[in-house]
Amino acid sequence: MNNPPDISQDPAEHEEYAHNVQKHVRGYLTVGALLLAFTGITVALSYVDFGTRKANIGVAMLVATLKAGLVAAIFMHLAAEKRLIYRVLIFTGLFVLALFWLTFLAWYNPVVR
Amino acid sequence: MEIPYTISTRPDTGLWNAKIGIWLFLASEVMLFGGLFSAYIFLRLDAQPGEWPHGLLNVPVGTMNTAILIMSSVTVVLAWAALKMRRYNAYWWYMLATIMCGVIFLFVKLYYEWPQKFEHYGVFLKPSALEKYEQYLGNNRRTEKGMEPRIEISGHLHNPEAIKDPSIKEYEIGLDPVFVDPNNPTNDRPHFLYVPPTDHIAKIEKEDVERIDSFGPWHSAYFASYFTITGLHGAHVLAGVLVFIYMWLPVSKKLYQRNPEHLANRVEVCGLFWHFVDLVWIFVFPLFYLL
Amino acid sequence: MDASTSLPAAAGHHHPHTHAGEHEHHELGWWRKYIFSTDHKVIGIQYGLCGLVFLFFGFSLMMIMRWQLAYPGQALPVIGKWLPYFFGPNTMPDGKMTPEFYNSLGAMHGTIMIFLGVVPVAFAAFGNFVVPLQIGAPDMTFPKVNAASFWAFGVGGVIMLTSFFVPGGAAKGGWTSYVPLSDIADKGPGFHPFLNGQTLWLVGFIFLITSSLLGAVNFITTIIQLRAKGLTWMRLPFFVWAQFVTAFLLLLAFPPLEAAIVMQLMDRTAATSFFLPAGMIVNGAPLHISGGGSPILWQHLFWFLGHPEVYVLILPAFGIVAEILANNSRKPLWGYKSLVFSVLVIGFLSFIVWAHHMWLTGMGSTVSAFFQTTTLLISIPSVIILSAFFISLWGGSIRFTVPMLWATAFLPMFGIGGLTGIPLAFNSADLYLHDTYYIIAHFHYIVAPGTIFGLFAGIYYWFPKATGRTMNEFWGKVHFWPSLICMNVIFLPMFLQGMLGMHRRWYDGGQGWTLSGEHIWGLTGFQWNTPISWAAWIMGLAQIPFIINFFWSIKHGKKVNDNPWEATTLEWTAPSPPPHGNFVITPVAYRGPYEYSLPGREKDFTMQNEPVEPAERSRRAAEPALAH
Ligand code: HEM
Ligand SMILES: [Cu+2]
Repeated sequence: MNNPPDISQDPAEHEEYAHNVQKHVRGYLTVGALLLAFTGITVALSYVDFGTRKANIGVAMLVATLKAGLVAAIFMHLAAEKRLIYRVLIFTGLFVLALFWLTFLAWYNPVVR
Repeated sequence: MEIPYTISTRPDTGLWNAKIGIWLFLASEVMLFGGLFSAYIFLRLDAQPGEWPHGLLNVPVGTMNTAILIMSSVTVVLAWAALKMRRYNAYWWYMLATIMCGVIFLFVKLYYEWPQKFEHYGVFLKPSALEKYEQYLGNNRRTEKGMEPRIEISGHLHNPEAIKDPSIKEYEIGLDPVFVDPNNPTNDRPHFLYVPPTDHIAKIEKEDVERIDSFGPWHSAYFASYFTITGLHGAHVLAGVLVFIYMWLPVSKKLYQRNPEHLANRVEVCGLFWHFVDLVWIFVFPLFYLL
Repeated sequence: MDASTSLPAAAGHHHPHTHAGEHEHHELGWWRKYIFSTDHKVIGIQYGLCGLVFLFFGFSLMMIMRWQLAYPGQALPVIGKWLPYFFGPNTMPDGKMTPEFYNSLGAMHGTIMIFLGVVPVAFAAFGNFVVPLQIGAPDMTFPKVNAASFWAFGVGGVIMLTSFFVPGGAAKGGWTSYVPLSDIADKGPGFHPFLNGQTLWLVGFIFLITSSLLGAVNFITTIIQLRAKGLTWMRLPFFVWAQFVTAFLLLLAFPPLEAAIVMQLMDRTAATSFFLPAGMIVNGAPLHISGGGSPILWQHLFWFLGHPEVYVLILPAFGIVAEILANNSRKPLWGYKSLVFSVLVIGFLSFIVWAHHMWLTGMGSTVSAFFQTTTLLISIPSVIILSAFFISLWGGSIRFTVPMLWATAFLPMFGIGGLTGIPLAFNSADLYLHDTYYIIAHFHYIVAPGTIFGLFAGIYYWFPKATGRTMNEFWGKVHFWPSLICMNVIFLPMFLQGMLGMHRRWYDGGQGWTLSGEHIWGLTGFQWNTPISWAAWIMGLAQIPFIINFFWSIKHGKKVNDNPWEATTLEWTAPSPPPHGNFVITPVAYRGPYEYSLPGREKDFTMQNEPVEPAERSRRAAEPALAH
């Protein structure tokens, strides 16, 4: 999904432009509805027994990631952003994961417990 | 010389300044909440069996608040689109809706969810006393089924003066439903609807008690992270609401008349922040309310 | 640096023609112009002056500590009588230092030097003043955010200072504020629940972090968006690259510490137990806490910032030294591309080495193998940078100006600091050296004779840009030589003390430790404290010529033209001091940053804004070595 184009200076083209943005608006509403639906699904799934609590957490995080992805891709326009912003976010993502993963590893692998 | 690219884009990056600025700021926010969530993971992994509580928060209210935030995310992006279409009136209404959503969210948190917690008490039993209160805990069955033991009895404290007064020898707890019927399988998992403490009063002798605390941040690592993370998140919501109010006041109309694209850019930047706040909540909600 | 006298004068007299910045430049009142300014140069100078004052204050705290270490338990002569009036009666009764006060001094020395001294000067002051000029920009992208950053720093600084005067005194937990100690310190009878040292330390820190984050966002955006036409990434001065990476380190490493600080604040004020395990006994009584927290968690979050932070301290100095080396050896910087690449690699790797500060926390072999490997990897780019600097000197026609003296001294000093870090990268060696004076010596060689020398080099170098005058050469040398000698007398023996096992936080200078009695180089480990302390005090005196020179030269220094060092980068094309908006003619860059001694030119420097002539173009084509 692309971002709406910048508005034209020419009043004659304004009508068409507005029409263009209108199409995106429909997209935003759809995503909003999807997010609400997924919220319901998250709640429902948390009452389903997937065997272990770990499995339940995994499922819930999967749905949450999906929702977060929708927000980021559509509302925050990350689906079509400039390269520079992707670069910044990729590094940030790597460092957050490093923080999660390495602290986890340090917890998981002590000399003695 | 004037500072270039405040509104127009720089050709080689294709971006205007504030767009880069806000994304960098959001990157730091990712690391901030990343730090908090890594603490959550660390503490949760470190918790002993039975130490990490479940089902203590009000799920329907949490779900509602989640929905409110999602709707506000939609309205703010609609507000921006309205500006792009040069429809100031629509912008004004969408902005108002966004602000209202934010205010309701905060109101529910501060005046309903948090205060309720401070009136609820949990009694942590000494390991040696767990057997004595088996009728409330149902640990025999839980051990059999391979579930974590219960080490705390919670509910409404009928004699709060007992906390300070050493002459009172026992706590009187109006039990939460779980402890009235601990062996009922329906109580193995959290309830969807909130069920208040019952009139069934359990007397717990002080000498069996390791610690009694209300459900505040001091109650457990779980509530500590709950209050800290939702508190910090709430501060972000508040900041967003304040900025939105500023952009909704008549000054925005003036800016709009001078340079509508400038206002649109500002709304886009604040919208990005708002979506991020929404995004954080998307993880907070299941981690604290559901699991 | 006193812009009030020099700004308006220079705005007119250098280039009376075209005033690009002037048309929207309406006169601001004095307060808006020099105090609540949004001009990057004024903010840079504000940061610089405040940072220098804090550096001197932090240094003074250490000078007091050094008395206790050299002469433990004895009354401090003369000023010992006066200090209690300033810091409170329980700090130095009869001029004798209490252990609590010693701890406060140590913690605040570290905190102030790093977060209120070096970061504000190296990153905020030089970055603010120099970066926009070097990239040919009129200002920072977000001038108001820039001012907010400075004022957040001001508030943080005031809170930190205030904490000396609350009951119980300033924080005592070290600059690392390790828990559980810091969670439970400064609490209970005699302490205010909120206005106590450690709590104020945390609150002050939140402001300092905010300030750094705002600054970092601004720096990065500025460097990306406001580079002059033709100033491509590979034509950026190395200093700009260094600041760019530093800004990223601050941006992404500080927030997890901010999270940790919020948690420690919750522990102290809302009775949470983020960092407290169950079963804590304090003063013989069990604490009423939920427990379930982890002290190791604090260490992880602290060092996630802490390690990148040490590179925040050193990278700007690298940048400054690079500029000065090229300028004074009249040669292009050797290996520009590998320098840029190294600094980027350092930036990346510094996020995944942090647990080398935690070898003693009982991590298993998998984790420690990972962190030992990354730690050794990160020393490679550091070595590349240092080697490139040394090679840059080779065959140059070196001018030993005052900035150059400091810059050259930086090289071996940083070398010693860096090389002594290598043994620490192996946990087997570090188990012994951890928390001894060896560590103190290791990192001080990097930040004291290293970074601080870099800062002095930068001050002497860019002073003419800010004021239109140079600092006095003779007094600059009088400042330099004693500082260099004292630094080494201070820190070299500390390696020896550390290897005797003397602990870095002892209050009695190691008097009671058996191994402190061993002789090395004629003195026992304990006796070495005395020459160290004297060197520290003499070094304090050696700063006086600098202070006088600095303020005197603002008005009376030798007047110089816009490019007194005959340098090549864009800041030297602006008037000195630059007017609001910086450049008279919008600069365009045509070439790399270090085109010194180009063959076939009259001058031995070719500035970045000098167009490439046709003759030069064909020569470049013939000699590919010249084509960058
Ligand atoms: C070049 C390679 C380097 C290596 C392999 C290295 C290694 C280490 C290690 C393993 C420690 C922890 C020692 C301990 O606490 O037991 C340490 C401490 C330290 N290093 Fe380095 N280091 C290097 C360079 C630097 C640089 C460039 C800086 C700063 C500008 C620096 C500043 C520090 C500081 C401040 C500490 C002490 C922190 C504290 O405990 O208070 N190091 N270094
Ligand atoms: Cu390190």
